[in-house]
Amino acid sequence: MTDATLRSLPTAAPTSAAPPRRDIGLKRRYGAERRFKAYGIAAVGTGLFFLCWLLYTVISQGYTAFWQTEIRLPITFAANIVDPRGTGNPDMATLQRANYPKLAQDAIVAKLGIDPADRGAARDAAALVSANVRAELRDVVASDLTLIGKTQEVWILANSVVDSGVKGQFDLSVEESRRPLNDRQLGYIQQLEQDGALEQRFNWGLFTFGNSSRAEAAGLGVALIGSAWMMLIVLVVSLPIGVAASIYLEEFAPKNKFTDFIEVNINNLAAVPSIVYGLLGLAVFINYMSLPRSSALVGGLVLSLMTLPTIIIATRAALKAVPPSIRAAALGLGASKNQMVFHHVLPLAMPGILTGTIIGLAHALGETAPLLLIGMVAFVADYPATPLDASTALPVQIYMWANEAERAFVERSSGAIIVLLIFLALMNFFAIILRRRFERRW
Amino acid sequence: MSTSAIILAVLAIAIAAYALARRKAAGIAAAETGKLHSMPSYHGAYGLFWAALPALLALCAWLILSPILATQDMRSLYPDDLGPQLSAFPGVADDMTRAIAEGIRRMPDAVRATVHQMPIAELSPLLAGLGVPVASAAQDWMIPAALQRIAFDDWSRLAMTIVVIGLALAGAAFALSRIRLRLTARNRVEAVIRSFLVLASTIAVLTTAGIVFSMLFEAMEFFHMVPITDFLFGTVWDPRFAAAGTNASGQFGLVPLLAGTLYIAFVAMLVAVPIGLFAAVYMAEYANNRVRSVVKPLLEVLAGIPTIVYGFFALITVGPFLRDISADINGLLTGTYGSFIQAQSILTAGLVMGIMLIPFVSSLSDDIITAVPRSLRDGSLGLGATRSETVKRVILPAALPGIVSALLLTMSRAIGETMIVVLAAGIAANITINPFEAMTTVTVKIVSQLTGDLDFTSPQSLVAFALGLTLFAITLILNVVALYIVRKYREQYD
Repeated sequence: MTDATLRSLPTAAPTSAAPPRRDIGLKRRYGAERRFKAYGIAAVGTGLFFLCWLLYTVISQGYTAFWQTEIRLPITFAANIVDPRGTGNPDMATLQRANYPKLAQDAIVAKLGIDPADRGAARDAAALVSANVRAELRDVVASDLTLIGKTQEVWILANSVVDSGVKGQFDLSVEESRRPLNDRQLGYIQQLEQDGALEQRFNWGLFTFGNSSRAEAAGLGVALIGSAWMMLIVLVVSLPIGVAASIYLEEFAPKNKFTDFIEVNINNLAAVPSIVYGLLGLAVFINYMSLPRSSALVGGLVLSLMTLPTIIIATRAALKAVPPSIRAAALGLGASKNQMVFHHVLPLAMPGILTGTIIGLAHALGETAPLLLIGMVAFVADYPATPLDASTALPVQIYMWANEAERAFVERSSGAIIVLLIFLALMNFFAIILRRRFERRW
Repeated sequence: MSTSAIILAVLAIAIAAYALARRKAAGIAAAETGKLHSMPSYHGAYGLFWAALPALLALCAWLILSPILATQDMRSLYPDDLGPQLSAFPGVADDMTRAIAEGIRRMPDAVRATVHQMPIAELSPLLAGLGVPVASAAQDWMIPAALQRIAFDDWSRLAMTIVVIGLALAGAAFALSRIRLRLTARNRVEAVIRSFLVLASTIAVLTTAGIVFSMLFEAMEFFHMVPITDFLFGTVWDPRFAAAGTNASGQFGLVPLLAGTLYIAFVAMLVAVPIGLFAAVYMAEYANNRVRSVVKPLLEVLAGIPTIVYGFFALITVGPFLRDISADINGLLTGTYGSFIQAQSILTAGLVMGIMLIPFVSSLSDDIITAVPRSLRDGSLGLGATRSETVKRVILPAALPGIVSALLLTMSRAIGETMIVVLAAGIAANITINPFEAMTTVTVKIVSQLTGDLDFTSPQSLVAFALGLTLFAITLILNVVALYIVRKYREQYD
């Protein structure tokens, strides 16, 4: 650009030959320019690379968690085992005590055609079945007592080692003593697969089971319910309070020291580390108010306090975006100030408020640290019926599984992360739709 | 009545008051000449507030005060000397008595009538059978105290029911009697609504106060047991759990934790600041609209991913990756394949935290860079500067205060980050300058001191609050300084 202008200047030395161009370091400067731009591209590329790496890791390790190896066995619910007293109508306690693993072992031994006298082979075969078979078969019998004494085909969970083996997650070619499945068991697995009695089916248990120390029987059921309770509490607590506070600060508050102080407070709260909210919850809600530890109620309240600044900031922005002419028109037609706010300004600001709320909720859904402090790292196997019962949360469940050593738990926690990310993506997607669809540009 | 039944009853009365007041106002408007000052629905709301608010306020006050009074009443039956274990902790005796009372409540009436003659040794197994475990330190005198407690609670609940429902009815009757043509119902209702709004906006202040005071109180208690200088300047962190009866409480030195926190945050900033700043500059100054509209949301996805996911990523992928690659490098250089980077190390935690902070730096800086007015850019370009020279000599200096404050906010985020360091930084409280080793942070120790069994009287649990206070103070200072820099040095271009 510079040399072009120089050349075209008509006043510069009309007669003599053009003087040698002054070296103004253009080459060097353009080089620097190109390098600078390349740094920028490299930075963006690095960021995107990290994003891809992270997502790739999670998805490649986690997608298999949605399938679970199961074994179909013709289980004979022998009366002498399920109902030893022969009442024909055993109570729950009897059903609890029955030796279901024996039923499963008999079934798999018969299925594979093993000589029952060969103890070692029978033990190897029985090890293919999850130890959770006790609960599974009990539920089958309890739901239909007429099964006692009959034979029924039941899909039961395979042991997590079998599951990992079938999914090819460990090297089966190493020598026998160094892998968790021996050659005989591999033979059985093949035999069952050829019979169509062993296959990978969709893992509903991931969404319905509570926690368990056995990977194949561990699921997100309790965590999903706990997280749902907490999101409900956050919504019910922080949306009304947040909106009311923003309305006051934006529409009514006089400019004075006190409102300034509130404003500084809110901005600071938005930047307080989340773990500090956990300490607050522990000291105030659990120690002082003696609410039950590891309950969804305490978790929800802590997350509400954490989400409040986000909602207030978003709501204030939405209220600010409503043009003053609306307010003037309402007041001019004789509305009181309250009527002006609640009948005119608030409805117009609603899409913005909801967008901010959903984003705040998404943030709260993924938050882990404060929940660790209020005792949600608890081993909870039963569904929480009320928010006062012990429960856990989706991210906390991921944390607990991430600390387990077994390979199958890595798969489970990656699967749980995928579930969490899908929820977050849906919420953010919904927020974007809401903004695109309903937000007005004035 | 149970509390929720009382609340429901009050709400029912309030709704009835709404309907009655509204009808009465409409009736007055029809019967009398003249115009209602407020619309009938405001009269209804007037009735509703009078019925519900005094009653619910009384309910809250009662629920807060009654347990305190009940405990005092119960303590009047305690012997003067509580015994060697309990005299230091009367609160523990209260808890035990309360548990006994709770258990007696669950008993069938026939058994309950004989309770006052039982010694505690006979009562405890009965209570355990009802699902109320009683500590072995329970004393005989707790039984009459527990019975007294039950009597007080029953009386208190009955009185509360009568008072609250009476207040609701009285409020409704009062509001109905006040309704006439010129009643300024709307103004009164709006005043109540406005006071709700004020109340809601003070929640933020209350939260801050709650954070500061709760941590301050617990931390003070900790500093009674461990001198504050030992905490602030101690270089050894070893909170061994004291055996029962001994006074040894372990060493609680903040220095190794703070060093680890700052070191990891520093490594994270080394990763995040160059990448984030260059990305922001590229996006603001070079990228065309199409690229920006794709890349910017993608980078912001990184900000939306929960930190537990980053922690998992560090634990499962990045840590082992760095360990293996260091083994390979070591093998190539020296021939021995030993890894010199531990899987849990400062580098792992810092790198992953840096990745998490990239979108934070880039979107904050992007906003600040785009806020620099067009005219400065055009002026610089018009004088013949290249784009990069414009960025380096004009835009960055103009945006500097904003960027510095953004970096301080990022730093505060890095210091307060928990899940990544819990999973990736390790729990050994070392002091080291080798980034390939493990170091621990303040947040990790808060988590590890407070998960598992809790005892609000032991320094091992209370130290977490002192650590939390430190964390809160550091991040607060960083945030305030960031705000101050922006206010003081920001150029006003309009």
